[in-house]
Amino acid sequence: MSDKLSPSTKGRKILPVGHYRGLGVWNVAFLFFLYMPIAVLIFYSFNANRMVMLWGGFSFKWYIKAFNNTAIQDAVINSLIVAFFATVLSTAIATVGALVLARGGNFRGKTMSLGLITLPLMVPEIVTAVAMLIFFAAIGLNWGLGNVIIAHVTFCIPFAFMPIRARLEGMDTTLEQASRDLYASEWETFRFITVPLLMPGIIAGAMLAFVISMDDFIITLMVSGAGSTTLPVYIYSMIRRGLSPEINAVSTLLLLFSITIVTAYWVVSKKTQTKTVH
Amino acid sequence: MSSWLPTNPSSRRWLGLAPTYLVIGIFMLFPMIIMGTYSFMEANPYGGVKPVFSTAAYIQLAWEYDLDNTLIFNPGYLKIIWRSIELSVMATVICLIFGFPVAYYITLQPENRRNFYIYLITIPFWTNLLIRTFAWIIILGRNGVIELPLLSLGIIEKSLGMMYSDGAIAIGLTYSYLPLMVLPIYASLEKLDFRLLEAASDLYASRLAIMTKIVIPLSKPGIIAGCILVFIPCLGAFIAPNLLGGGKKLMLGSLVQFQFASARNWPFGSALSMLMLAVVVIVLILYARGAKKSTAGEKATES
Repeated sequence: MSDKLSPSTKGRKILPVGHYRGLGVWNVAFLFFLYMPIAVLIFYSFNANRMVMLWGGFSFKWYIKAFNNTAIQDAVINSLIVAFFATVLSTAIATVGALVLARGGNFRGKTMSLGLITLPLMVPEIVTAVAMLIFFAAIGLNWGLGNVIIAHVTFCIPFAFMPIRARLEGMDTTLEQASRDLYASEWETFRFITVPLLMPGIIAGAMLAFVISMDDFIITLMVSGAGSTTLPVYIYSMIRRGLSPEINAVSTLLLLFSITIVTAYWVVSKKTQTKTVH
Repeated sequence: MSSWLPTNPSSRRWLGLAPTYLVIGIFMLFPMIIMGTYSFMEANPYGGVKPVFSTAAYIQLAWEYDLDNTLIFNPGYLKIIWRSIELSVMATVICLIFGFPVAYYITLQPENRRNFYIYLITIPFWTNLLIRTFAWIIILGRNGVIELPLLSLGIIEKSLGMMYSDGAIAIGLTYSYLPLMVLPIYASLEKLDFRLLEAASDLYASRLAIMTKIVIPLSKPGIIAGCILVFIPCLGAFIAPNLLGGGKKLMLGSLVQFQFASARNWPFGSALSMLMLAVVVIVLILYARGAKKSTAGEKATES
């Protein structure tokens, strides 16, 4: 990097202004701290031994066991159902909300609306969980997985909202104006100009909502009844029953799933960034 | 023309925002109001509440009834609240010390490398918190990744007992929310004008002075935002104290969960949640005030 440009005196490099010795090492140590637990978890999922920490040779047997575990299968199906509905509904709600807040100009109640939309981010998760539990109990709503879906839609809204709003604010409005000048109706302009341009933001928002829903644990733990266990809640019950490499195997799969989606999100948002520059 | 849409811009706005208001209003804001009223009711031993006004839940925070029905001071819950604050502050400070140099290092990198580092730092944030905390049981636990080699090499003779301690909880909390510290600091450092540093250097400022007098003051908004983003979830944390503290070293979050899951004291759980909300509101008000002051200050210096 810039080290090559800096002159050397007596073999000791003079760092350019603003650079400090040891920063690079610190950064590597930081990334090690961040990824070491994940690596350890994945490593031990291939342990043939029953005891998680005693290495007994390489094996896929815990993955096979996890795949054949019907309780895990049910939990995965529940998680996917919840995440599907939470993603579709929260993205739709966030999209119309973002259109108003990014394009509606200044109006009374704008700050309040922004505050409401980001409320789930501000309140500690356990408080949200408890409030929803009380609410469902108070009105006697007992829809099983339906309760979980309602909770997930609610806290996924701000996550879907953020990328959509960012995209709207960075979008050029001249195409929409041109379309209107050429006698396209308001609906046609929206359908054929605004929506396609906004699509990368909507996809990014949907991906974040999906990951957040798949990963949620505390709120789901509190509002889910018997029969509506999602994968993280099931993993928690496994941990409480005692350590087993099977937990590592399921966890590894869930981790890789999230990492794949976030990486896809990253690629999508990076592509759209370069597109807007050119 | 889409005739079903109202033409009046104001009604359109509210039509677009209606779903948000309905969902977050009904399923989050309204439940929080119910929670507030529940905190002023009597507990029903079978779960739920008896609709009778009572301040027992708040009294229970610091006092208990003796056998002869006199109130005596009981600091048990206050200790848990204090420990939650202590551990949250500790985790926030460790995150700051750990995270600031990294955020600064990233700003020194060329553009594409910066994006890659930010990607690496955000990845753990989007993965399951429960699983990431579980990994620390394998690392810190009895015969875990740290202990086993030390034991087999004979450096230590018995288990270090790292698990189920405040230290383990602090590590878990730090690990959980580290990305939330780095990202806002990076966001404010990214806008840093490096010509300022060169000017300071030309005027014989030392490296230390450049850091403490220019870089740190200019990244203050990011530092404060990062501290808030780490502190608030730490205060309500449930997973780290439960898995790494063994459920015995309670924190506010796990204490609240306990009131609903096992103790069946909903009013007390609600009162604890209200307390947590009050702390969050105070922190956010202080933050908003500070932000207002600093923008007012900037405007004053500009003119």
